[in-house]
Amino acid sequence: MKARVLIRPKEGILDPQGKAVERALPALGFDGIEHVRVGRMVELEAEDPGRLAELCSKLLANPLIEDFEIESIDGA
Amino acid sequence: MLWGVLQFPGSCDERDAVRACSLAGEARLLWHEDPDLGGVDAVVVPGGFSYGDYLRAGAIARISRAMESVAEFAAAGGPVLGICNGFQVLCEAGLLPGALLRNEDLRFVCRQVELVAVEADSPFLAGIEAGETLSIPVKHGEGRYYAPPEVLERIEAGGQVAFRYAPGQNPNGSVGDIAGVLNEAGNVLGLMPHPEHAVDAMTGSTDGLRLFAGVQGAFV
Repeated sequence: MKARVLIRPKEGILDPQGKAVERALPALGFDGIEHVRVGRMVELEAEDPGRLAELCSKLLANPLIEDFEIESIDGA
Repeated sequence: MLWGVLQFPGSCDERDAVRACSLAGEARLLWHEDPDLGGVDAVVVPGGFSYGDYLRAGAIARISRAMESVAEFAAAGGPVLGICNGFQVLCEAGLLPGALLRNEDLRFVCRQVELVAVEADSPFLAGIEAGETLSIPVKHGEGRYYAPPEVLERIEAGGQVAFRYAPGQNPNGSVGDIAGVLNEAGNVLGLMPHPEHAVDAMTGSTDGLRLFAGVQGAFV
């Protein structure tokens, strides 16, 4: 299975990268953009998709500070 | 006593750590692929950018074979000191509570800070009174200590906060001005400031040496 893992800072945790992006946008004429959050995306191919969630919580994300979601991208 | 200082690809403060340790005993480097800690009495996980900080700071280093041995060593009560990236590694390994996030203002900070010692039971604090102030440098981009509210409450109540940045000197937005934390047993300490860079009057402060001397005192 081809999968895409999206990792983002947990709700409520200050994301200074998101804030910096948000503050930069008006200078380019993009007004009205709020709540920007910057995370990470990992693509991978797994023989056994059953263990993906475990892999994410053990390595790809730190569950204390990050949420993750796994999307199948087979046939995409 | 014999100190062991771990060395990962990307470590950069291991030489200073060895020098600091050698002022409070003898010291040797330990390679990250070697599970044999060589009978050391205490371990330092030094600062730097292990594995280029890929994924998250400390996330890859904590999987190393030497770190498995360090976890066993810590569980048996051995003193373990994680400095900066070493603190991040110990948090990722679950040997310390919480996590280190990107500095609040996104800037890499490099400056001398004042740390206030907190009442806590640890060999690293043996020669330091609660309320004393230590002058020690910080240099990091990801040092904002964070723990979920329930964890924070537990470590505050359990005497696991070892050092706070002095009022007005929090360089990174750490919750509760926390600069260093202990495990429950008190034998594992992680802190963002660099005591190994404050062991010689030539660089302005020798306060960092007191952490190493505290542990040495327990072995004499």
